[in-house]
Amino acid sequence: MNIYVFVKRVPDTESKIRIDHETNTIKEEGLTFVLSPYDEYAVEEALRLREANGGKVTAVTVGNEKALTTLKKCLAMGTDEAVLLKDEVPETYDGLRTAKTLARAIEKKFSDYTLLFFGKQSVGADNSQIPSMVAELLGLPQANVVTKLEIEGNKGIAHREIEGALEKVSLSFPAVISAQKGLNEPRYETLKGIMAAKKKEIPVVTLADLDLKEEDIAPLLEVTKIESPPQRQAGKIVEEEPAEAAKQMVKFLHEEAKVI
Amino acid sequence: MILVFIEIRDGKAKKSSFEALSEGKRRADDLNTEAHAVLIGHGVEGLASELFSYGASKVYVLENSLFAHYSASSYSQALHSLTEEEKPEIILFSATSMGKDLAPRLAAKLGVSLASECTVTSTKEGKLEVTRPIFAGKALATVTFKSSPQIASLRPNVFPLLEDGAKDGEVVKKEVVIPEDQVKGRVEETLREEGVELDVTEADVVISGGRGMKGQENFDLLKELTSIVPHSAVGASRSAVDAEWIDHQHQVGQTGKTVSPNLYMAFGISGAIQHLAGMSSSKFIVAVNKDPEASIFKVADFGIVGDLFQVIPLLKEELKKALSE
Ligand SMILES: Cc1cc2nc3c(=O)[nH]c(=O)nc-3n(C[C@H](O)[C@H](O)[C@H](O)COP(=O)(O)OP(=O)(O)OC[C@H]3O[C@@H](n4cnc5c(N)ncnc54)[C@H](O)[C@@H]3O)c2cc1C
Ligand SMILES: Nc1ncnc2c1ncn2[C@@H]1O[C@H](COP(=O)(O)O)[C@@H](O)[C@H]1O
Repeated sequence: MNIYVFVKRVPDTESKIRIDHETNTIKEEGLTFVLSPYDEYAVEEALRLREANGGKVTAVTVGNEKALTTLKKCLAMGTDEAVLLKDEVPETYDGLRTAKTLARAIEKKFSDYTLLFFGKQSVGADNSQIPSMVAELLGLPQANVVTKLEIEGNKGIAHREIEGALEKVSLSFPAVISAQKGLNEPRYETLKGIMAAKKKEIPVVTLADLDLKEEDIAPLLEVTKIESPPQRQAGKIVEEEPAEAAKQMVKFLHEEAKVI
Repeated sequence: MILVFIEIRDGKAKKSSFEALSEGKRRADDLNTEAHAVLIGHGVEGLASELFSYGASKVYVLENSLFAHYSASSYSQALHSLTEEEKPEIILFSATSMGKDLAPRLAAKLGVSLASECTVTSTKEGKLEVTRPIFAGKALATVTFKSSPQIASLRPNVFPLLEDGAKDGEVVKKEVVIPEDQVKGRVEETLREEGVELDVTEADVVISGGRGMKGQENFDLLKELTSIVPHSAVGASRSAVDAEWIDHQHQVGQTGKTVSPNLYMAFGISGAIQHLAGMSSSKFIVAVNKDPEASIFKVADFGIVGDLFQVIPLLKEELKKALSE
């Protein structure tokens, strides 16, 4: 079973986001970058499937050379290979651009796939688009926001989280799956894994290698402005004894907020 | 024309779809065009009449027995053929779990880009302009489209419902032909979480507990509150979820759900940045925490410094009184 996991380098969730208003971009200085949290569940699930069924796990990212660190992390977790699809264009927030690049790479370079794993959403772009787009571009079944995966031979049942319920989606492979928290508990890298990852070579594939021209994947969304959200004002804080405090809170909800 | 996808769950159209339709109608008015709605399913024609009052002048009903089971592949094919025939300039979805599954599939089929989870829409020079939170709401991006149709999904619980729409309109039924072997990734079964009627993303009031709740059994205190407050649901911080006091379906925050209810109530939650990311767009926030320095008080409209175990029972009585009046 050959599994590909698609991962992204993103700012840590604790990051304070600062905006460069001249260029409408996020300032990179001072940010710590990590493997996007949901992608960790995807990597873990791929590794577990390999351990159970054999085969090979390859981590793939679209990005510039800084994303090599993210791929090293995947190798240290235990993926067999890692590939950088080099795209020098900074974040466009356009899911279609990345999806087209990935779909082309999968067709040209990774055509021996059984499963394609993603995170359900990338931190930052917060798009939740790329897995479904890749599935459509390759004509594959999809199951998004998956918390449990049962596999039998060439078929599977994915439990996908929806509002207040789970949906059981039947899949025949090859298929696209995007991971949600709950799918598993991602492992830590071992020292041995980190040492091995250091030595491993990471092939770099350019857009030209994929016969992609800039116009084939030009972003079709334009970000015209990035702003900070309006600051919330701290409201009234009371330290009365509980009975009085509870009364005041309900009074606030009733008279000022008018929600009760 | 602006086309709005209407999601059906348990035989009913979802409220968040009415919100998307209402917003679609407002933008259609700006652009001097019409808002149309589309229902996909089997035997769903009866739901059409309700949609006129939320702004649809026409409702397409796409019928096929295969549609009784949701599948992104078959639903996107149906929407694709309708789009080819009717040529909408804009297509809107509600950013529910179905909307987020389906919209990107349709966008890729049409070869156009998609703006996800928008919280504001407007028009500019005859085109759609949207605002969408990025970095879990730590920044807001204004986005326009270079491709057509322009496709966006709208965050639930953000857009107001249209109040006085029309009484009737036109229903257009279309049989859609889809070969069965083209249906990929079908939903076979839906397993409901027991006792959960409303998801945190859909509730008017979210009543959340954190590590300060001390244990699983104390979440019953919050469930008692939800049983008296209409349209409310229990939420939680990641610490409470990690301690397995409550299922992660209820987690609010950067790696949980983003909610924007009318009222968010935080009990024993410190207000870590990842938690705030998921709830700071709530219209009103109240908090109970024994630590006066807790960050949650920086975003709360009303806060009580005190022991939640003392406050909750008293609050419950006061709420009961207020709600019965
Ligand atoms: C990658 C990543 C993603 C994350 N995603 C999320 C996320 O999606 N959602 C999320 O919530 N967190 C998330 N976190 C975790 C986050 O950083 C915090 O650890 C978490 O939110 C803390 O939860 P808490 O407020 O319940 O607990 P604590 O921070 O421990 O706060 C407990 C609070 O309860 C108060 N308290 C205790 N006893 C009482 C009492 N008797 N009465 C009143 N008050 C009392 C205390 O004063 C304290 O303020 C994430 C972290 C990481 C690294
Ligand atoms: N640049 C990228 N390279 C590879 N995979 C990506 C990239 N961006 C996003 N993905 C994958 O797509 C998932 C969903 O991302 P998004 O649609 O941006 O929310 C992520 O969790 C990753 O698995």
